[in-house]
Amino acid sequence: MNLLKVIIVLITCVYSFHTLAAQGKLLATPGVSQVEGSAGGGIVPWAQLAGYASDDEFAVNGFCSRADVTDYSLDVCGAQVNLFNRVEFSYAQQQFDVPALDTQIEQSITSAKVRVYGDIVYSQWPQLSVGVQHKSLEDGTVATLLGAQDTSGTDIYLAASKLHLGAIAGYNWFWNITTRYSDANQLGLLGFGGVDKNKEILFEGSTAVFFSREVAVGIEYRQKSNNLGLGEQDWQDLFIAWMPNKNVSVTAAWLDLGRIAGAEDQTGWYLSVTGYW
Amino acid sequence: MKNVLFLLFLFTLTACTSASKLSLYQQLDGQKGIERLVDSFINQIGNDDTILPYFTHANVAHFRAGFITHLCSITNGPCEYKGDNMVDIHTGMHISERDFNRVVDLLINAMDEQHISHSVQNQILAKMAPLRAEIINI
Repeated sequence: MNLLKVIIVLITCVYSFHTLAAQGKLLATPGVSQVEGSAGGGIVPWAQLAGYASDDEFAVNGFCSRADVTDYSLDVCGAQVNLFNRVEFSYAQQQFDVPALDTQIEQSITSAKVRVYGDIVYSQWPQLSVGVQHKSLEDGTVATLLGAQDTSGTDIYLAASKLHLGAIAGYNWFWNITTRYSDANQLGLLGFGGVDKNKEILFEGSTAVFFSREVAVGIEYRQKSNNLGLGEQDWQDLFIAWMPNKNVSVTAAWLDLGRIAGAEDQTGWYLSVTGYW
Repeated sequence: MKNVLFLLFLFTLTACTSASKLSLYQQLDGQKGIERLVDSFINQIGNDDTILPYFTHANVAHFRAGFITHLCSITNGPCEYKGDNMVDIHTGMHISERDFNRVVDLLINAMDEQHISHSVQNQILAKMAPLRAEIINI
């Protein structure tokens, strides 16, 4: 119920401070908050920077998300700062629950993202950003037992995204492609690397159609490496995001996360709320 | 009978194709629709404390006429925009990214007010978006 409290506090704050909020981007164009804390979809970081700051504004956002799959659940809360739509800093705290073993794994993620080129709406070519996510497990016992080499690690990624106005029967079409260089096992919750396993390049993608200014429906895909020999599989989701104004967004998704630590067919639900100042 | 069905099919197909091939100008209800939209837009600007100051020294009638012709022209209507180019109009106004997007928001409000469909709105925005580079930060 802590999550619920945080969400309520977030929404209350957002509504009481909405007059101070950065408003310089078009509605829905910043995207939402992904599970590692960066602006993105649900599982993929996107090229957009978090929040509604344009080139002469800053924005501060907070979010909480929960993923509930067959044998596990993940709670994440975090915050992002956007400086002049050029740099994004974010921090996220993940809590991964394994009810069957009565175990919790906690990880903190500190990230930065820099917009290198463009604007997802206006530039001729897609918006491009580079990002880094530094992850650290609070207690690496489980990761080490499973054969991970490290209990902290750093991912770097390059993301490209574009919104095509009126592109599909008059509806706006969005896509994002991300390439990540990583050795994280299940986001890092199961540590980093494995025996004779190094970092590799992984592909991630998202695409969505806006059925109105406020509602987007889309899919995501995230390639995963299998460093621990536990048959880690690629992730997918189908999401609907509701962005009724420039102060709040709510995202729901259906997740297919494949095999996690030997448990097959991890499917379930995802809910995420972001507040924008 | 076969021929009749074939003709019917052809007729239906043509009807559907021509329905979807209405120009944006026609889907906006032509000149009258564009005039209503521009009037709504001017009304939106008039009520916006951030954007109104940009129009302090503007001739509203001139802006109205110019924007109507411009919209008519980019929606493939029977007009040719011969007014000042975007760079000349906006030089010295120092329009920020934020204020540009606010004007887009006001235009969307005006299109909503005129009950213009979501897909027609997007196609109009798609025609105007490339002009941004000739408008902001100059």
